[in-house]
Amino acid sequence: MSTNKFEIKKLKGAIIGLGKMGLSHAAIVGANPQVNFVSVCDTSTLVLDAFKKYTKVNTYSDYIKMLDKEVLDFVVIATPTKFHYPMVKYALEKNINVFCEKPFSLTSDEGVELTEIAKRKSLINQVGYHNHFIGTFRELKRLLQENVIGDIVHFTGEAYGPVVTKEKGSTWRSNPNEGGGCTSDYASHVVNLIQEVVGHPIKINGTLLKSIYSKGVDDAVYSLLTLDNGISGVLLVNWSDETYRKMSTSITLQGKKGKIICDATEIKIYLKDANQKEGLEKGWTTKYITEFAIPVDFYLRGEEYSAQIEYFVDNVMNKRQGTYNTFEQGLYTDKVIEIILNNAKQN
Amino acid sequence: MDRILFGDNQFFAVNHASDEKSRAQAIKFKDDKAIITTLDIAREEGLNTFMCTTHDRIANICDFIRSNPEKYKDYKIFPCMPYAHKYANAVTELGIAGTLKEYVPGNFLGSLFKGGVAYLSKDYLSIMELLIDAEMKMFKGIETPVIFLQNVLTDLLLGLGMIDVLKAFHDYVEKKYNAEAGFITMNMPMLLQKLEEVEIENPIICSSINLVGFRMSGGKELYEKVLKTKKLRAIAMQVLGGGAIRPKEAVEYVCNLPNIESILFGASSKANIAQTVNYIHEFDNNSGNKKI
Repeated sequence: MSTNKFEIKKLKGAIIGLGKMGLSHAAIVGANPQVNFVSVCDTSTLVLDAFKKYTKVNTYSDYIKMLDKEVLDFVVIATPTKFHYPMVKYALEKNINVFCEKPFSLTSDEGVELTEIAKRKSLINQVGYHNHFIGTFRELKRLLQENVIGDIVHFTGEAYGPVVTKEKGSTWRSNPNEGGGCTSDYASHVVNLIQEVVGHPIKINGTLLKSIYSKGVDDAVYSLLTLDNGISGVLLVNWSDETYRKMSTSITLQGKKGKIICDATEIKIYLKDANQKEGLEKGWTTKYITEFAIPVDFYLRGEEYSAQIEYFVDNVMNKRQGTYNTFEQGLYTDKVIEIILNNAKQN
Repeated sequence: MDRILFGDNQFFAVNHASDEKSRAQAIKFKDDKAIITTLDIAREEGLNTFMCTTHDRIANICDFIRSNPEKYKDYKIFPCMPYAHKYANAVTELGIAGTLKEYVPGNFLGSLFKGGVAYLSKDYLSIMELLIDAEMKMFKGIETPVIFLQNVLTDLLLGLGMIDVLKAFHDYVEKKYNAEAGFITMNMPMLLQKLEEVEIENPIICSSINLVGFRMSGGKELYEKVLKTKKLRAIAMQVLGGGAIRPKEAVEYVCNLPNIESILFGASSKANIAQTVNYIHEFDNNSGNKKI
């Protein structure tokens, strides 16, 4: 397709994998004025035919054919984890910038290789840990950098939600060899958040994995972590808790000068003494996402999903590697998950 | 449409500014009776339209309304479909084809799958119509003059460029239910433009409109410009920003905007319902938007 010389050149983008996340990415990419959304790839004819019938994008059932045929600036990969390695690798070899869903790869060996290729070829890379695009968690990171609650003595990283609430069903999410299980899937969000906001986990001091409804994989993980800055705390994640309407992730930090409880909607700060610079009173202050939400041009199901794609597209447009959610950061999270799972086996 | 529409987020643990409040609400509204009581409190304040998602529990509320026809004589419901979490959770577990098999009534889809791809590909709109019928079943015998498509679907279709499907929803709702179609969206300016392109004129669009620009994609100024210059029947939601904006300022902002036909809000307590209703009347009177 030729570009009108008076228009700014649009990026050509494609999606592989049209499950829940892939469809959501497709809508966000499709609505982005900087992008010419050219193709999709999935194995479901039901889904592909809907694209054929109602959109102008080209459809493929084989990602190799798509990546061979289309000239692309970037691809979004939203397939089950076990496919990330071959797909990301093939795209990188074709010099295509890659946004890959989380968790990054099935084993850290694969992740190391992919990270090296992306680096060597200077391709823009990003993993879909969307919590970093939630305004409250950004504010949490800033408050910690400003040392608002003093030396941190303990953290709690939690996530609860209703993913597996019955003893039935078997998708790739219930297969431990395909990146299934609560630790690899759900808990990776929390591990990544702790890693980038509080500190990099370097030691696991004990882990309990619990299967509640699933067979063969964990539905909950409780683990004691030590970080590279000496701070220690707890990871508590359970995806079989139907008292939550949807995934709810939070970080609690206990400091010598106060405490912060932060989730995707609120940030609650308790200070022993007022902090004038930050305009925070002594005692509790609650701030809401309404104050911190990252403005987006197209909203589908949370600013974070749009903001992460807008960020990636901007970076590809400007040929600049972003600092949020690099492959390297995704890889580190994969490594921590591996250590947690190994630690559980030892117990 | 009434000037004020009563919403249902508070009944189903939805609060956009506080996960903690939303869980407290789930406990408060555990019984259907608590929902009915709150609807009745809202009716006492003159709110006779309930705009609600097609959550399973709404079926019980509909049963109650049907069995008390005198009490709910002029009561209207604006259904908003689908209850997205039901399908979203199913897609994660069963995939898209599996979800359709689970929710499309009868064995229609089973025969489609046997029929093969070519046949299947022509029938997305029939599938949609069957799903609408399934969602509408619970409202039988109740006045539903406006039927909405929930924002997650409106915006998914909008982003994918499947505007013909939005048009098909609009046309089917009109034809089958003699109702007007409404669209909930987080992208009002973009949606309006696309609906105009498929010749849906003066559409009912419900979107976030609030003082702080929360969930107003493209920015508050753009929304204000569209309200001033374009033709649509706008419903303002998230006016209070999930409770994060002071009610008086929040309502004053929306009442002073042009072209807002209705204001949608939900609240749990009599005091909060009355307060918001009073503010709307007060600022409507001041701005000359006299309506009930």
